[in-house]
Amino acid sequence: MSATAAMVERPPPRARGWPRRRIIGYALVCLWIAFGLGIVSYLFLAWNAAFFAKYAPAYLQGLGVTLSLVAISMVLGAIMSLPVAYGRMSRNRILSGLAYCYVYFFRGTPLLVQTFLVYYGLGSFRPELSAVGLYMPVVSDWFQLLPHVSIPAGLAIGRFTLWDFFKDAFNCGVFAFALNTAAYQAEILRGAIESVPKGQWEGAASLGLHKLQTLRKIILPQALIVALRPYGNELILMVKASAIVAIITVYDLMGNAKLAFANSFDIQAYIWVALVYLVMVELLRHAVEWIERRITIHLKR
Amino acid sequence: MPAQSIWTLLSWGPDGWLDDIAYGVIVTVLLALATLPIGLTIGFFVALGKQSEEPSLRLAANIYTTVFRGLPELVTLFLFFFGMPILLQHLIRYFRPEATIDVNSFFAGMIVLALIFSSYASEVFLSAFRAIPKGQYEGGYSIGLSKWQTMRKVILPQLLRIAFPGLENCWLSLLKDTSLVSVVGLAETLRNAGVAARVTKHSFLFYSLAALVFLGLAVVSSFATSAILRSLGNREAQR
Repeated sequence: MSATAAMVERPPPRARGWPRRRIIGYALVCLWIAFGLGIVSYLFLAWNAAFFAKYAPAYLQGLGVTLSLVAISMVLGAIMSLPVAYGRMSRNRILSGLAYCYVYFFRGTPLLVQTFLVYYGLGSFRPELSAVGLYMPVVSDWFQLLPHVSIPAGLAIGRFTLWDFFKDAFNCGVFAFALNTAAYQAEILRGAIESVPKGQWEGAASLGLHKLQTLRKIILPQALIVALRPYGNELILMVKASAIVAIITVYDLMGNAKLAFANSFDIQAYIWVALVYLVMVELLRHAVEWIERRITIHLKR
Repeated sequence: MPAQSIWTLLSWGPDGWLDDIAYGVIVTVLLALATLPIGLTIGFFVALGKQSEEPSLRLAANIYTTVFRGLPELVTLFLFFFGMPILLQHLIRYFRPEATIDVNSFFAGMIVLALIFSSYASEVFLSAFRAIPKGQYEGGYSIGLSKWQTMRKVILPQLLRIAFPGLENCWLSLLKDTSLVSVVGLAETLRNAGVAARVTKHSFLFYSLAALVFLGLAVVSSFATSAILRSLGNREAQR
């Protein structure tokens, strides 16, 4: 035992020279560098001015669609998550059961299935959806008087049905994404609120604050610091997940990449889009970290 | 075509679609189960690299997770599914100019899901590594175990128990991500439900069925994981 025990009994010495893990590490880093250089040189060699001129504006427009889809559904989801989070924390059995089922369904099924369910599935109810409508003022078409003189005809009353809403793929995407993220955000909110110790509620009550005041002035400021990172993660997940609306024919960033690839069979269509997503996600991640550092300054000593 | 009742549509056999969807469910489960061991292994080694003292290993591992967690799953899948044949074609041209390459969608899905799963699992493993006190390693060394033995007999059993809840989450999202592979033509649950929906025009029915299938899989796996967790806990208690 003596010989082997002498070798292994102390913790491994600091590495010097070329131990195995350093060789492996350098090899892997070189592999990544080669991979990166390969992609850069491919994009350089395959540089196609016509391709770029044709699809770059489309990509930019797609980026706008992606960002607005994510922004709208995040905000709508945040609003819808409030009653769900309230239901989850409620002592009422029925309310909390309903909220639990909602959260379980939207977290337990793939977002792609939910999106299909909204976009294709609701098509089964077209007659019913067309029957539900409301009359809304719309700016009607321009009214042609003479070939070169036209005046706006002003407001008219148009009938706007639910089907008009759901026949558009973008609206369906927003609808499905908002429902989905509401379930996740409700859990984030609930976890953050429950992470605030109970004594804070009691202390506020003893000062005579009522529940809403307590929530707004005592609990939420503490809870939101806890919730920031999960919210940031949810935002990043939404940006990534938004690529799937390309499948229901929305021309977002991914949708335009699919179109460009289908037209040109050029794999750089997907490489460019991958780079854009990667940059976007990294920017968001660092922004969230920066905000977190800023708002937790008072907690560090 | 006469209007069929939904019970006929959901029956087993030539008129109904239940057999097609059941076949899809098997493919979904097989895909997830085939991905799991690969993803766990890669994830474990990436986590080892991340907590290594060697900066180059840490860098390589961090690039790995940054890339595969930053890319949307769909983009990774498309890049692999469409890019890999082109790459292989270029390589194989030197040996056999006439050969053509096609990537199987099951295989492509397995690789891509393993890459994504492992980058998330590596974070779980990393935080589990950090939860194990240094004394455990030192204790292992002090009774004469080699580095590898310490890892296998002392660290790994504790690591798995700590990492288990996080890995369960990774598994659930893996199960959900399998639905994405339907986009490149793998006949799994969602794809078969979509075919049924298009043929019968009962979209809502079949997509709800697909949703229920995924919900059912999630319920089943939560039962299975709680059983595993109980047995892990029992083993701990007996000691």
